[in-house]
Amino acid sequence: MDPSELKKERIVRRAAQELKDGFYVNLGIGMPTLVANYIPPGMDVILQSENGVLGVGPYPEKGREDADLINAGKETITVLPGASFFSSADSFAMVRGGHVDLTILGGMEVDQEGNLANWMIPGKMVKGMGGAMDLVAGAKRVVVTMLHTSKDGASKVLRKCALPLTGRKVVNTIITDLAVLEVTPQGLRLAERAPGVTVDEILKATEAELLVDEVVEMPV
Amino acid sequence: MNKAVRDAREALEKAAIQDGATIVLGGFGLTGLPENLIVALRDSGVKDLTCVSNNAGVDDWGLGLLLQTRQIRKMISSYVGENQTFERQYLSGELDVELVPQGTLAERIRAGGAGIGGFYTPTGVGTVVAEGKEIRVIQGREYVLEAPIRGDFAFVKAWKGDRLGNLVYRMSARNFNPVAATAGNVTLAEVENLVQPGEIDPDHVITPGIFVDYIFQGTYGPKRIEKRTNRPAGGAGA
Repeated sequence: MDPSELKKERIVRRAAQELKDGFYVNLGIGMPTLVANYIPPGMDVILQSENGVLGVGPYPEKGREDADLINAGKETITVLPGASFFSSADSFAMVRGGHVDLTILGGMEVDQEGNLANWMIPGKMVKGMGGAMDLVAGAKRVVVTMLHTSKDGASKVLRKCALPLTGRKVVNTIITDLAVLEVTPQGLRLAERAPGVTVDEILKATEAELLVDEVVEMPV
Repeated sequence: MNKAVRDAREALEKAAIQDGATIVLGGFGLTGLPENLIVALRDSGVKDLTCVSNNAGVDDWGLGLLLQTRQIRKMISSYVGENQTFERQYLSGELDVELVPQGTLAERIRAGGAGIGGFYTPTGVGTVVAEGKEIRVIQGREYVLEAPIRGDFAFVKAWKGDRLGNLVYRMSARNFNPVAATAGNVTLAEVENLVQPGEIDPDHVITPGIFVDYIFQGTYGPKRIEKRTNRPAGGAGA
């Protein structure tokens, strides 16, 4: 596996540890979707897809795709026994109404106040926010998964987001290839460092101010 | 009572859609799209339309067909990323676009159909979406006021329906269709199977017929899939 794939796999494995038995969970498009592959055996987690599915199962076998059964990323899926279908209005009643325990989604920038930007870059073609603004406003817990720095090495964990926000003060936890960061009333706390990564390396790669007390190794 | 018409063309003729109309459409991606109605609308040539739809289709299907012929003046959507015709017309300023968070879009349509004059939502507070809108603190939390959306017409697609307009949807093809069905001054429904009244168990009706004005059985080729994803042989996958 190439290094960037390894980094992503580490993030996804760590994000899967945020799941708890009995949780209703919405996974964002891209890297967060992969978290479903790491649900611990025996743990009961029900996946919600905001286009109107509860009980999302694995991708279908080849030849068993159904055009009427997709997730919010427009990928063909299957459903598990006990699944349900519902309208977009009901779906977002679940989301906004605080019925979804956890959402895991990607980020372009996060800042130390828990602001998240992940939907538009001024000057570039804007594709739209989809359900992201509703999810961060309504889910009980918001976890952002992303690489710690951009391709040119710039920190994506900032003092203040520069890009237009998806949500204000909405993020609880940030999981990157380098660290796990918790948004607390006192500020952004460095909770975990990735295996083989030092606290100094994390501080160097982070523009935001970090609270550093006890930092444990990421259990991945 | 018989709301059944022969096909999409007859439904459009009876509905008498004019230039400048606002149409609320069901569908998510290419799933549950009122495709017969969209094709017939293209063929009718009406223009300067405002289309309220979660997505804008792809270049050669869904609302992409009406973008190619420049029949749409404005789109109200939450995500429009899969369509180059859209991108070109948007960047050149030909096409007016209002981006709305998906849940807010669904609720605005629901409000429009339900006769609600607006609602306060936490979605988008502190973002560009809330700019210029009333913010109110309710029980200690900030909310933004959003307006209802109602269409001159609504286009929906269902799996099954009867001549009274009762509709049943299939799996995730339900999506925006039940809310869209409520939000048209005139609602046109296309179904894969037109059945006799009584064949649908009243307990199973999702859209009660009162919301529907015209209904027909559409003609459908193989359904299109935007992203065909499979599990690895023998393994699991999201």
